[in-house]
Order: sequence, then C-alpha cells, then structure tokens
Amino acid sequence: MSEISPHIETQNLCAYYGSTQALEDVSIIIPRNQITMIIGPSGCGKTTLLKCLNRFIELEENARVEGKVLIDGENIYSPYVEVTEVRKKSGLLAQRPYPLPMSIFDNVAYGMRIHRLRPRHEIEQAVRHYLQVAGLWEEVKDRLHAPASQLSIGQQQRLCLARGLAVQPEIILGDEPTSALDPISARHIEKRLVELKERYTIVLVSHILRQARRLADYVIFMYMGKVIEAGIAQQVLSAPQHEKTQAYISGEF
Amino acid sequence: MEKRDFLKSNIQTPESRRAKLDQRVRRAFWLFSGIPLILALLILVALWLKSQPILLTHPITKLLFGSAWKPQRGEFGFLPFISGTIWVTLVALVIAVPICVLTAIYLSEYASGRLQRLVKPLLDLLAAIPSVVYGVWGVLAIVPWVQNSIAPLLSQWSYIFPILTKTNPTGYSVLAGGIVLAVMVAPFIVAIAYEVLQTVPFGLRQASLALGATRWQTVKYAVLPKAATGIFASIILGCSRALGETMAVLMVVGNVPQIPRSIFDAAYPLPALIANNYGEMMSIPLYDAALMSASLILLIMVLGLNIFSMLALRHVLRERV
Repeated sequence: MSEISPHIETQNLCAYYGSTQALEDVSIIIPRNQITMIIGPSGCGKTTLLKCLNRFIELEENARVEGKVLIDGENIYSPYVEVTEVRKKSGLLAQRPYPLPMSIFDNVAYGMRIHRLRPRHEIEQAVRHYLQVAGLWEEVKDRLHAPASQLSIGQQQRLCLARGLAVQPEIILGDEPTSALDPISARHIEKRLVELKERYTIVLVSHILRQARRLADYVIFMYMGKVIEAGIAQQVLSAPQHEKTQAYISGEF
Repeated sequence: MEKRDFLKSNIQTPESRRAKLDQRVRRAFWLFSGIPLILALLILVALWLKSQPILLTHPITKLLFGSAWKPQRGEFGFLPFISGTIWVTLVALVIAVPICVLTAIYLSEYASGRLQRLVKPLLDLLAAIPSVVYGVWGVLAIVPWVQNSIAPLLSQWSYIFPILTKTNPTGYSVLAGGIVLAVMVAPFIVAIAYEVLQTVPFGLRQASLALGATRWQTVKYAVLPKAATGIFASIILGCSRALGETMAVLMVVGNVPQIPRSIFDAAYPLPALIANNYGEMMSIPLYDAALMSASLILLIMVLGLNIFSMLALRHVLRERV
C-alpha cells in the first residue's frame, strides 16, 4: 500500500463549549485524496472535530479551541490566516441542504462571484461544469433561473455540492450529508463523493457503520471527545485493536 | 336550558362528553376571536353614520382635497390635516427605518449573545414609556434643538432643497414631531425586524460562510433576502403606529391648520385635530360630524395601509415560492 500523505493534521486539538470539554487532545492525520470517515456514538465530538477543520467552531457561542490544525502544513488558527480563506479551502455539506435564497444558477455562481474567481463571461460555463460534476445538470438545465428552493431535497444537496465545488476547494467536509435524504438520493451523493476523491480530500462524519464500510478509505473512531483508534478503514472496521472500537463495531452502543 | 343540557351530558359516556366539551370550547374560541373584527366593523359603521351630516352636505372631493378649514363659515377641508399626518409619518420613517433596520441587523447578526440579552429588554422598555412623557421630552429637548441648532444648520441648503426652508420662528414643527415619533416607533420596528431575522435558519448563514463569504456578504445575500418581507412588515407596523400616535405629536407639531411645505413648518395631523377639539366648540354646526369624519379618514388610512401591505406581502411571497 502506498504511503499516506497527510493533507490535514491536528496537533493536541482541544475544544471547549463554555466549561465542557468537547475534544480532548486530538492528534490525527487526514490523508490526501481519500475518504476519511469520523465515526462514533452521538455526542462523541465527531461534528465538533469537523467544525474545527473550517473554523466553524468559532460561530458557536463560548466555544474555545486550543492546539493546531494544519492544512498543507499551515496552522489555520494562526492569527495571520484569514478565516474566509480557510473556509474557501473546503466545501461543506451540512446535514440538510440550505440553498441560498436565489436561483439555481446564482447558487453555484455565488462563491465565484464573492471571491471574484472568474471573469464574468466564464461563469456560465463554470456553473454548467460544476452542476455536471455534482450530477445535477441534466435535471436542472432547463430551469437554471428558477428558485433553488423548488428543487427536491436530494437535488438541493447536490446543488450544495456544486456550490461548494465552485469555489475550487481542496477538501470536502460532510456532516452526515445523507442523513436527511431518501435512500436513492443518498446513494447519488455517495456515488459523487467516491468519484470526487480523485481530486479532493474528503472528510465525512457518519454514524452509519454500513456507510463507513461502503465509502471509507480511512477511519477515525471517537468516543467521549477522544480519538480511540484511527487507521486504514479495512483494518479498523474488520480487525479493531481497541476494545471500545470492537464494542462499537459489533453494535454494543 | 343550558344547565339541563349539561346535566344530561353528565350521564352520557365519557367519550361523548369529551367530544361535546371540545365542540363547545371551539365555539367559544371562535366567538372570542371574532370580537375584535366585529368591534372594528362597528367602529367603522358608527363613524360613518356619525359623519353623515357632513358627508351629505359637502362633496367628498371638497372634504378630502379642500384646504380651507373655517368651521364657523361651514368650510371643512381636511387636506391640511391629512397632509400633516402624512408629512409627520414620513419624516418619522425616514429617520427611524434606516437606524432601526441596521440596529436589528447588528443585534441579530453581529452582537454577542450577551449583548443581545442586555439590549433587547432595554429596547422593550423604550416601548413602555407613556406617550405623554415622550411629548414632554419633545417640548423640553427636541423643540428647542430644532429651533436653535437644526433649523439654522439645514436651512442653509434650502436653495437646493425647498423642503428645508425655515419659515417658522419656533421649533414646533413637522421635524420635531417626526423626531419624537421616530423614537417612539423605533422599539417596535427593531423588535419585530430582530425577531424576523432570528427566524432565518442558522444553517443558511453557515451555508454562505462555508463558502468563505464574509459576514456582511452573508447578511446581504443570504439573510436579508430571506427576511425582507418580514422587515417590510415591521416597517408597516411602525408606520401604522406613527399614523395614529396622538399625544406626543400634538405637543410638538405646532397645530396650525396649513399644508406644510417644509419640514420646519408647523403641521396639524388628524389625531391632534380630533384630540384637541372634541368636546369643545360643539356649538358650531357640523363640527361634531366633521371630527367624526376626520376619525373615519384616519381609520381608513391605517386600515388601507395595512390591507395594501398585506396584499403586497402576499404577492411577493407567491412569487418567491
């Protein structure tokens, strides 16, 4: 097996909400161009860890972070780094899709416009491209200027994917991105993600073990704010080393 | 009769008693919720009937668009009062709306939770101050301020903007009324606009921020379009309050029955006309009916504004879906 090349790395990462500690001394690496899944029971800190990777944790009231998160070796919590630049590096798929209150076209063009990524005449082509990558183009090509809220929820999630890809990120973060979708839409998203790992580093939070078995190349198992076990998916999921991981994978909690 | 029904139902099965009670409660609630509507209709009808004497003897166009107010000679032109009401309300909105909307945006989108919890009750407190206190404050503070500072300053520009012409040696003016009103309606506009902004899902803001948008871009492109109709509604509510506000305004606007040409002119809004004169000078023929029709005009203005804004909101919402 090829050697793991880290894209994201956390060093002694701790996160607090007020006086409760949500992450305890998390030091992990997330390999480039692979799907990494963070699994664990609810309340274990999976989502908090994900939020630390694009500094979304700062939006929570009373939240505090210690330690480092390095993306390509650069600490995103350094005072010299602009938060908008950090967030631009990663596309986010939330639990449920939130299309912006504008047309389908403008949703995808939004990121390119606010960052002035492309000259005006290229935007149309780029929107088409990203809608194709997200597997939505065929369904919406005749109504690009209709409000995005008219799409089904599964289509909206793919629109959010296209919107996120349009700012040319290197990373895709997903917080249980299929949990609000019907099984067919969920498969659709999963299929896209597998295709996209060639070009992007993908980090997903999931509490569905089967999904982890289907998608993950690399798995991080968390429990009570700590990382218990991390490694190649096959090893962790079929031959876990730690007893807590064993218990979780055999469905004990 | 009612009592016997109740006794009878006592020996029935518990299930049917529950169903009956349910029915009765529903009817009672229906009745109670109908009362405000009926009351509004009754007021409208009563005012209309009471203004009949003047409506029958004077053509409606003369009443609405006549500018002569000489009750002793039987001339009742309401235009000075209608335009006074509109002037004062518009000035109040021009001052209040930008400040209030920006305040609501700041509180909802930028301020920390602690600051929000501190400022919100203070704003609500502002809404609880009695109208007459605002009036006294207007007389003691705003009127002299307009007279001594604002009027000399702004009237320098009157050769470009005629509405800044200073014609009135005192500070009792449209502007003074507008300022006092602006302060009075502000808590309402801020409170409602804030609530509206809070109903925008947090996930929508995150969706925009996740793309690397700044807070302002997020507010401008994601939050405000979603909240625009609600903010519009908050402004309309402020506007209807301003139209009807009486005490504080009549203490500072000067009460001269003329059509204002400048923000420094004195005005005489409809509510002030009614409050100042009702119960006095009733010996003048038709005066009573004239005041009633003034109330009718005011009521129709407020109702019309609300109905118009309701229809406009519905239209906008339908286009959005």
